[in-house]
Amino acid sequence: MAELLSGNEAIARGAYQAGVTVATGYPGTPSTEILEALVQHRDEVYCEWSPNEKVALEVAVGASLAGARCLVTMKHVGLNVASDPLLNLSSIGVEGGLVVCVADDPGRHSSQNEQDTRWYARLAKIPIFEPANSQEAIDFVAVAMEISERYRTPVILRTTTRVSHSRSLVELSPRIPSARPIDFVKNPSRHCPLPMWGGVMRENLENRLRDLGAEGSTLSVNRIEWADRKLGIVTESIAYEYVKEVWPEASVLKLGMPFPFPDRLIREFAAGVEQVLVVEELEPIIEERVRVLGIPCLGKEVIPVIGELSPTVLAASRAKLEGKETQRETTALNVELPGRPPVFCPGCPHRGIFHALTKHDVVVTGDIGCYSLAVFKPLDRTDVILCMGGGVSMAHGFDKAGLKKPVVGVVGDSTFFHSGITGLLDISYNRGCSTIIVVDNRTTAMTGHQDHPGTGRTLMGETTIEADIAAIARACGFQRVRVVNPYDLAATQAVVDEELGTDEPSLIVSRAPCPLHERKPVGAQRKVAADTCKGCRICLKLGCPGLEYEGGKPHINELLCAGCGMCEQVCRFDAIHAEADHE
Amino acid sequence: MNSPETTSVVLVGVGGQGILLASEITARTAMAAGLDVKTNEVHGMAQRGGSVIAQIRYGRKVHSPLVAEGTARVLCSLERIEALRYRQYLAPDGLAVVSDQAIVPVTVSMGMATYPAQAEDELQRVFPRLVYVPAVSRALELGNVKVANVILLGRLAAALDLPLEAWHESIRACVKPRFQELNLTAFELGRGL
Repeated sequence: MAELLSGNEAIARGAYQAGVTVATGYPGTPSTEILEALVQHRDEVYCEWSPNEKVALEVAVGASLAGARCLVTMKHVGLNVASDPLLNLSSIGVEGGLVVCVADDPGRHSSQNEQDTRWYARLAKIPIFEPANSQEAIDFVAVAMEISERYRTPVILRTTTRVSHSRSLVELSPRIPSARPIDFVKNPSRHCPLPMWGGVMRENLENRLRDLGAEGSTLSVNRIEWADRKLGIVTESIAYEYVKEVWPEASVLKLGMPFPFPDRLIREFAAGVEQVLVVEELEPIIEERVRVLGIPCLGKEVIPVIGELSPTVLAASRAKLEGKETQRETTALNVELPGRPPVFCPGCPHRGIFHALTKHDVVVTGDIGCYSLAVFKPLDRTDVILCMGGGVSMAHGFDKAGLKKPVVGVVGDSTFFHSGITGLLDISYNRGCSTIIVVDNRTTAMTGHQDHPGTGRTLMGETTIEADIAAIARACGFQRVRVVNPYDLAATQAVVDEELGTDEPSLIVSRAPCPLHERKPVGAQRKVAADTCKGCRICLKLGCPGLEYEGGKPHINELLCAGCGMCEQVCRFDAIHAEADHE
Repeated sequence: MNSPETTSVVLVGVGGQGILLASEITARTAMAAGLDVKTNEVHGMAQRGGSVIAQIRYGRKVHSPLVAEGTARVLCSLERIEALRYRQYLAPDGLAVVSDQAIVPVTVSMGMATYPAQAEDELQRVFPRLVYVPAVSRALELGNVKVANVILLGRLAAALDLPLEAWHESIRACVKPRFQELNLTAFELGRGL
């Protein structure tokens, strides 16, 4: 009985079928749904949201060394955070199979960059698997797990946005639990990469790489599809599916495990075709290997290195290759279409705290989350975004460089637990004076409202402790710790004004739950009294989608208004009030 | 680029309009008809007032979940101007089914852009085959503005070659029992437009 599953649902299903018992990760688009799907099997699989990806992988290493089969999930930049344990795990090896599922984002649909995770496989000297569709996503988890245990190596399973969030038909199979007992056998020369044992580990690593490369040429996930011999296309991941549409006649070498490079198979394929073309998304990793093998080929001359591929992009590549013009042209419009950029939702508490900051001439170092949207007009407030936790540390850097203008660092609650605490410690320990704001909406919002150490609930659905941000700040040495309700604009403004005026480091916790997550209004809906309204439009500076204006007077869309009351507070003419019959 | 048997459908609109439900129903219908199906839906910006696009492809064997520009048999838009934003997907002889519902973006409320006043004229000019549906008023006639998406789905279905009973089955499977009659009525209304 076939089912339509997304790539992420399929990876979760694959992990379940392959006997995974421990699954960890940190939310990150496009990987988040994997653990959300897998936790449905909570009776057989322990699933957790770890505070960050490094912890997630370290937890999985412990579980693996005890003999459990593990899955770790993250987005591509999350692997940067987990790279220290991953690279060292490559040396000490695994016991129970350990698959790290990393979701890349070619085209940067929701990421700061489009880094190519395949580089990490090469750096760590570990195998990488790339499913092209949902059935392969299920199947490759099993193959990866078997390889992981047989070679005692961590394995990367790489997906991309279009594999993770596309749905295709799959056949399900039953779960096959691991026969390995949970136990630990003392073996320090295997598990401790100290200099005197490192030499042997290093040799083993190279041998493993060589053996895996040889096996790669016989694995079923790497296969040749012979057809017309004029053109032979080497491809992998979702690009394979586009190639089959754009070059249906060509011979294809499909690499499901592109690294370690299956040199013998690549040579065999090249020998059977007249011209080799490498079609890979992002970096020319396979292309460069083909050239190193002495095989002439085409690649990035016609296949873009920037952005994601698609049937449309490859059709243009094919035309370029054949010296033809692409025939199609889109009809030009006579009207200009207004954009629909992402904005803070109606009733978002972040609007209140960023509004308070607009009164000050400060540099704002921001971070990753819904509050990243403070970059855009009309708030136009955040100046720099770097990486998770960077909002805190960068503020300290601006200060120590001697910038006269005050700097405010902003991080969310989930980001704070992820990697904001170390930056906070730095400010206090190294005698800084930054003002840090934690925008605490009680959830990991942008990725779809996941729990974290401050929410009091686990991914498994259990009640648990709520880590206390203000207490942590005090424990780090912050004397000035304030908590504000961002919906009370005057009170919030007073605290922001005061803390920006001191020479000591301050932490302001701006706390109110995300109304989208709460699924109920913040308060009574507001309405603009058109007769009283002077049309000054100061309320529109809040950038709330509930406030609509097309000339004349602003009015509030009752389908959108969340009743937060901020517009009422900024109005100077008392023209906005709660609906009488809602009070 | 499509094998002759592969059909491509593109559904667009604004987050919250029910595009994902329409995509789900269409995909299930193709599955029930015994066809291979692949879909792609963009996540994340849907709840924050952004543009949403869902792509559905069905046929004997489907490879790409993404529709190539200029190959969609139908472009169905739940919002008045979103069809214009995604016009490049429609085949030259394809059908555009567009709802008259206008959702004003924040950029307009903030005075940074304008919502085109002559959108219907532009739709007529850009799409040689166009069905422009007063979906909101028709939905209100049926008693609930939320079925506007299913009215459009009905008209979309009339342009495709999937069995009617499969459509009805999918609708029943995808909506709560107490809404089934309403949705089936909305679907039939759309088919007849």
